[in-house]
Amino acid sequence: MSAPSLLSIQDLRVAFRMGRGQRAEAVKGVSFDVPENTTVALVGESGSGKSVTAMSVLNLLPDNAERSGRVLWRGRDLLQAPLRELQGLRGKEIACVFQDPMSSLNPVFSVGQQLAEPLRKHLGLRGAQVRQRAEALLAEVGIPEPARRLKSYPHELSGGQQQRVMIAMALACEPRLLIADEPTTALDVTIQRQIIELLAKLKAQHRMSLLFISHDLGLVGEIADQVVVMRHGQVREQGPVDRIFSAPQDAYTKALLACRPSLEGNPRRLLVIDDHIAGRQDEGAPKAKDPAAPVVLEVRSLAKSFWLREGLFGRREFKAVQDVNFKLKRGHTLGVVGESGSGKTTMGLTLLRLHEPTSGEVIFDGKNLLALSDRERLAMRRRIQIVFQNPYASLNPRFTIGQTLVEPMAIHGIGADTAERERRARALLEKVGLDGRAFGKYPHEFSGGQRQRVAIARCLTLEPEVLVLDEAVSALDVSVQAQVLNLLKDLQDELGLAYVFISHDLAVVRFISDEVLVMKDGQVVEQASAEQILAAPREAYTQRLLAAIPRGYRAAV
Amino acid sequence: MSAVLSTAASLDDANQKSEGVWHAAWRRFKADRVGLVSLVVVVAFLLLILAAATGLVARNWQDEVGVPNAPPTFMGPAPPQATSAIEAPKGPNVDLSDIDPLAPRYKEWDERAKQFQTQVQAKRETLPFGADRLGRDVLAKAIKGTEISVFVGVAAALCATLLGTLLGACGGFFGGKVGDALEWLYNVFESIPNILLIFAFAAVVGRGVESVVIILALTGWTGMYRQVRAEFIKHASREYVRSAEAIGASVGSRMFRHILPNVSHVILVRMGLLAVGFIKAEVILSYLGLGVRVDQVSWGTMLAEAQSELILGYWWQLATATLFMAVFVTAFSLMADALRDALDPKLRGLE
Repeated sequence: MSAPSLLSIQDLRVAFRMGRGQRAEAVKGVSFDVPENTTVALVGESGSGKSVTAMSVLNLLPDNAERSGRVLWRGRDLLQAPLRELQGLRGKEIACVFQDPMSSLNPVFSVGQQLAEPLRKHLGLRGAQVRQRAEALLAEVGIPEPARRLKSYPHELSGGQQQRVMIAMALACEPRLLIADEPTTALDVTIQRQIIELLAKLKAQHRMSLLFISHDLGLVGEIADQVVVMRHGQVREQGPVDRIFSAPQDAYTKALLACRPSLEGNPRRLLVIDDHIAGRQDEGAPKAKDPAAPVVLEVRSLAKSFWLREGLFGRREFKAVQDVNFKLKRGHTLGVVGESGSGKTTMGLTLLRLHEPTSGEVIFDGKNLLALSDRERLAMRRRIQIVFQNPYASLNPRFTIGQTLVEPMAIHGIGADTAERERRARALLEKVGLDGRAFGKYPHEFSGGQRQRVAIARCLTLEPEVLVLDEAVSALDVSVQAQVLNLLKDLQDELGLAYVFISHDLAVVRFISDEVLVMKDGQVVEQASAEQILAAPREAYTQRLLAAIPRGYRAAV
Repeated sequence: MSAVLSTAASLDDANQKSEGVWHAAWRRFKADRVGLVSLVVVVAFLLLILAAATGLVARNWQDEVGVPNAPPTFMGPAPPQATSAIEAPKGPNVDLSDIDPLAPRYKEWDERAKQFQTQVQAKRETLPFGADRLGRDVLAKAIKGTEISVFVGVAAALCATLLGTLLGACGGFFGGKVGDALEWLYNVFESIPNILLIFAFAAVVGRGVESVVIILALTGWTGMYRQVRAEFIKHASREYVRSAEAIGASVGSRMFRHILPNVSHVILVRMGLLAVGFIKAEVILSYLGLGVRVDQVSWGTMLAEAQSELILGYWWQLATATLFMAVFVTAFSLMADALRDALDPKLRGLE
């Protein structure tokens, strides 16, 4: 390496004391360098120790962490440094941007007040100087009307703007190194694209180094110079970005590269990590779907409005969903894409009448779902089910998996008695790839992907015909996402389920969908088959969504 | 789905159950030494109450076993006091039988009196914890008082919890008009000074243990209501409740089968604090004469008696009642604290 190393991590080990003498090793001997003026990306699934590695540089770990090894910052070992010295470095030399901007900003202080803190503390600026500098910083990260925005509170900003403010705070003292811990995971694809471009621009302008942490290799390929792939607290492979993408050495890296649905080909199944390590190959082209399948769900001019209070007595109509029409055939999938706030989730909830629609018709099996009496609706509800985004929140933490699965059957009187219901539940657990041992366990004993499988199994207990998948894989790691997508495809083939697949990620939607609805501000702006949307997007909005998808490293660029 | 049904369920792992929520909570509770000690103290008190209720101990708490205001044993008997205020006349007794109209019957009455046996009980000079002004054993009184006081505290806490949880669950889950109506009710109760409200209820329902329970429950539910309402508002919009709705779970099932177990730790701890507060409130009520009936004893009536005794220097009734109350209340609070730590699902990294 030609450039001198700014940060050098050598054989870093981090363990957490778990009480009663137990220790959990999170990082097991990690070594890598961050040279000056370079972007180094740490890539891995959740639990791979990538965040712990980055946070141990500034010792931002909980008290029960034990670190060993060496973390050299310009030749000085930070593991031995006293707290006072670290506090001098934090924010000034090394700055951090975290994943969730909504919880990283303090809601009771204005943006200006929060920006002023590092300026006063580290640079000793006072009065008007502080305001000028803060304004300049906001302008630099691309926030319009910076002077006015200084007085805004975090809740008045959008997610992307909040993340920009976080970056502005990190840049306040012109740090040498910026640690960005999954800075775009909580954001939409289009915003993600903007933030990535902003980070790249700022890095070039300030000649600083960037330690970028992500689970998404495609994203990393666009921004990084060096890539470090981590798994289970160990470095699996590291090298320059072109070599990682063109000639990956490690089987795990290859698998990570393969498991993300791409925009080019459309395989029948995605390759998951285990497949790849076992050397299994794709089984060929996707199975053609029956174009003459009966229509199970038809939606006509569905609309949903919320009434916002305005002034003392006034009300204003907010049209969350307007004039949505589609037909869904048995065994087919309708993809719904859009940015957050586009009304796609509201549309999904309205289909199930979890929101009362304002107008429109939902024809299910020849009956208008929205005009049914309560008792008829209970019967129909069985046949259309929903899987939510966050598997950590959608399972009752006080129910065992068995209770969770048996409950819907008991409500709808499926199965003769408890014993039969439990037998069905066990069979379904096996179907979604969990073994019977899961039956007596509680949700907190499972990972996110496993919980999402349980949530799918719960829907299947009711033998539904239509499944609404509301961002069902968005909260999962890329590799786990591939497994769940494969499961969904298998279930569709076997049971003839129809899916309404809601997502902000066009690549995922393309993999699973037959037809795609593109939504913006509550309206459907484009509606076409999946191939057509990708090959020839008609609307500028769709084109922008497509362009925002990370495509990994391109040698030509 | 017929393929699903034909799949034979593997029965070998049918009995594999993982650790239940309550079981895990108990395991964490056991690791907490302070909690465990306070649990032992509380259980000891409960056994004492059981023994008192069944008459094994302190059955004869109303017997005058000691001399009035007998001091505790370690202080020794009280020194004899000169009680005569007027000097006795020194001359011989004047015979009044000539003018006494009852004199002829004295002999007859003496004969009648001999038919009955008179047993003079030896009054003890000292008692382990002393005696009150009638010579009743303070220890027995305190034990019997424990029964009433703790029963009042726990029963009132249960009632207030039930009331507060039900109203809070409805207010939080439904919101809208129901929520507004309950908020109004809450505000009315909160706007009246607490002690005034207690007096108002006491004037209506009269004296007695059951009355005290009702009074305390009716005035004490507000805090519980507020907290449960907040928790229900938070949980009602959670996805697990949404998904329960999607599978067709009824309103009642969502409220009490799904949400309630997830907020139970809040309710339990609040109930512990309420019980402690109500024990103290019963003391105040009895002290003010609005509490239990005169033929019953509670820590509060003991303290009320102690007020007049204290002027004469008889401090032991006050000390004993305070000691019992302090030990129980402290142990109960610590136990509630440990229970909270053991039950809170957030401490397990669930969310």
